Amino acid sequence: MVGHILSRRHLLSSAALIAALYSSSASAAAISGQLPWQPDTNAMPPQVKPGTWAYFTPDEAAAVEALADRLIPADELSPGGKDVGVAAYIDAQLAGDFGKDTGLYMQPPFADGLPGQGFQSALTPAARYRKSIAALNDYCRKAYLGKVFADIPAADQDQIISKMEAGTLSLGGPNSKAFFQLVWQNTKEGFFADPIYGGNRGMAGWKMIGFPGARYDYRDWVEKHNQPYPLPPVGMADHPDWKSHV
Amino acid sequence: MATKLPHKDVVIIGLGWTGSILAYELTGAGLDVVAIERGPWRDTATDFPPATAPDELRYGVHLDLFQRPAQSTVTLRNKTSQTALPVRQFISFLPGNGVGGAGVHWNGMTYRFSESDYQVKSHVTQRYGKSAIPDDMTLQDYPMTYAELEPHFDKFEKLLGIGGKAGNLRGTIQKGGDPFEGPRTNEYPNPPDKQPLGPTLFAKAAETLGYHPFPVPSANMSQSYTNPLGVTLGQCSFCGFCERFGCGNYAKSSPQTCVLPALMPRKNFEARTLCNVTRINLDSTGKKATGVTYVDQHGAEFTQPADLVLVCSFSFNAVHMLLVSGIGKPYDPTTGKGVVGRNYAYQCTSGVLVKLDNTLLNPFISSGVGGMALNDFNGDNFDHSGLGFIGGAVLQATQTGGRPITQINSFGDDPKWGAGWKKSVKENYQTIYALGTQGSVYPYKDSYLDLDPTYKDPYGVPLLRMTFDWHPNELKMSAFVTEKLADVGKAMGASRLAASSRKAPYSVTAYQTTHNTGGAVTGDNPHTSVVNKFGQSWDVHNVFVYGAALFPQNSGMNPTGTVGALTYFSVDAIKSQYLKNPGPLVPV
Ligand SMILES: Cc1cc2nc3c(=O)[nH]c(=O)nc-3n(C[C@H](O)[C@H](O)[C@H](O)COP(=O)(O)OP(=O)(O)OC[C@H]3O[C@@H](n4cnc5c(N)ncnc54)[C@H](O)[C@@H]3O)c2cc1C
Ligand code: SF4
Repeated sequence: MVGHILSRRHLLSSAALIAALYSSSASAAAISGQLPWQPDTNAMPPQVKPGTWAYFTPDEAAAVEALADRLIPADELSPGGKDVGVAAYIDAQLAGDFGKDTGLYMQPPFADGLPGQGFQSALTPAARYRKSIAALNDYCRKAYLGKVFADIPAADQDQIISKMEAGTLSLGGPNSKAFFQLVWQNTKEGFFADPIYGGNRGMAGWKMIGFPGARYDYRDWVEKHNQPYPLPPVGMADHPDWKSHV
Repeated sequence: MATKLPHKDVVIIGLGWTGSILAYELTGAGLDVVAIERGPWRDTATDFPPATAPDELRYGVHLDLFQRPAQSTVTLRNKTSQTALPVRQFISFLPGNGVGGAGVHWNGMTYRFSESDYQVKSHVTQRYGKSAIPDDMTLQDYPMTYAELEPHFDKFEKLLGIGGKAGNLRGTIQKGGDPFEGPRTNEYPNPPDKQPLGPTLFAKAAETLGYHPFPVPSANMSQSYTNPLGVTLGQCSFCGFCERFGCGNYAKSSPQTCVLPALMPRKNFEARTLCNVTRINLDSTGKKATGVTYVDQHGAEFTQPADLVLVCSFSFNAVHMLLVSGIGKPYDPTTGKGVVGRNYAYQCTSGVLVKLDNTLLNPFISSGVGGMALNDFNGDNFDHSGLGFIGGAVLQATQTGGRPITQINSFGDDPKWGAGWKKSVKENYQTIYALGTQGSVYPYKDSYLDLDPTYKDPYGVPLLRMTFDWHPNELKMSAFVTEKLADVGKAMGASRLAASSRKAPYSVTAYQTTHNTGGAVTGDNPHTSVVNKFGQSWDVHNVFVYGAALFPQNSGMNPTGTVGALTYFSVDAIKSQYLKNPGPLVPV
């Protein structure tokens, strides 16, 4: 392996792969004699708007909304996972880089490995949602007279989620525990990420815990120990003062 | 065939912390320098302005600024008997990518190791006898003393504008600083910053126990500061989006805020971005480098001839570069022979969660460093007789953010989801404080880096293979210091407390630190080191290595202070000796 020589053929075959590693706007540059400065090289992420689903089928969306609404149920602390847009958030993520595992090392061979060796799945998150939701709905149809997960009572949904969490729900192919972890991680993201990503509507997640969001300057409050921070949260593209308060 | 480019005096692989400092120093000496960086150009105004910087999902969760595993990763196994598998997603450590390197998105805790850490083998042997060092531990001294490095620490701290309080000024112990530190010539260039509630409570409690808390030396500016290069940094706003994020306020020391504005106008410097160096080329004797080969983003291959090759591509990436280029003898754990990849080490962290009833911690009010620490149980600052381990850890109370996706603490038996989770998260957010330790990791015969036999990067180059696990010495150390930290937690008035010391096996599934060390160790013996005291390859005199790969073992603190000091130590020798008479700076 020492002194490994790159063959031209290898380079050509991997050129597309290499190009895909870089964002399309950036290009190799020789920079000398100045600090380069191009406006807008790092644009704001696009606002995810509710409406049509980008990745989910309507059935999948219904299942994810139901899951999110049990993981984060509506109560006096906040609206539920469905109403804050968790499914819209996850849908946009699965249609984008996250769903495709862009940037991760996805070369074979794949092996299960030891737990400490970390994630080793050849399946992308988008594929894992698709397979796992289908398996979950199959399971429910058998156990609940033809009903899918979204249509069974909340108490039963909770029971199923608990079994998934413990890894005791058998879904045939997909690992229920791994799917629980994926959905719960993404649900928390949809509750707490900047509203620009489609979840955390009305900054409900931030308001629940008192996180001021993208304020970015707390110099006046560092030494005001034990005093509640007085200002409401702001998002990257959303500010309470920009809205009418009717 | 690769396109051959016009000759340069110096080629630098990677434009992060060490690469930018070297480029500044060597262009200042009149040399024609090119830095080849695999990631994109990055700057404050265009890449992380306040409008888009505070985005936890993008930077904190999806790790937008970091090296993509698809570009290159490592494989991991705990033992030689296992099959290493690729780290497909970085979690345990997060290497940087792009101009500025990990300096863009670090926290900025900028320590000097304890004086005795630089001669740890001699020191331990002298104080406790040879038997204190386990048989399989390959501990060794740095080839220079703290005193030799001191002026270089001073220079690095001034470049960065570190804020702190000296504990030992030219031998006189100073109140409020770290009394265990080695003698400093000067105070820190900036005063320590204000402290939020958590660290304040920690420091009070530590004092009642007789310990010596001090403000963590910080690269988040406590006030605006103009460094010796004439570059001005702004004041830190405690924005709460520091580590993993670029700073929108020009307030965190980074190559962008400390070096590049002074470096880039120089006509004798060129930065080439989105170009991945695949190897260092050697002449037919194998004793002299002729330059490097790199591939641009379109897959086109180039060779860049140069007289001097500086490897600045971050800790284990530097070891990888030496291995694929055939520079130095690869380490073989079965014979103990060979040096490249030997003495890989890491940071042994642990934590204590304390519940502080009726407090408002306001965790979102935080900088990357802001906090208090104590070194009473670090290095050999305490008597190890009868403890069954050597080494130690800094105990820290920092508060680096209240970012809700990744930074809400909870106890193991708190509800994990549903209505119960909501209630406990709301309560925990303001009342659970996380204390931490950063412990030393000493080197072992079976902890090393080599090339993976199976997995390759997109350029067809074998990935680096990491064989690493925790050893009894580190686990005992962690149990000991974690208990000491829990004592401080109790003295803070915790109503609940959960202490978790480090447990084997080493796992890549939780973030620990990006303090990977060793593999291209500095020393004064070519049989136990890859480079001499100036970072110069014993085998190929015009190749110099930088970064934490040089550490013979890791100490119980963050590495970059020592990385910076070693860089200045080396470049001084290059300027004053090597350029006049290129050749080995230390006779072999
Ligand atoms: C989240 C985080 C927090 C941290 N916090 C602290 C802290 O508080 N205190 C502390 O002391 N340290 C901290 N560190 C570590 C610190 O950032 C590093 O020690 C420091 O940046 C190392 O400098 P370097 O020059 O060796 O590498 P870097 O600054 O990482 O620069 C290496 C550069 O080389 C480039 N490169 C790599 N391979 C190639 C190649 N083949 N071809 C071309 N270019 C290449 C990379 O893209 C990168 O830009 C932290 C790191 C991280 C990630
Ligand atoms: S905490 Fe301070 S130094 Fe860090 S990013 Fe925010 S403003 Fe910059």
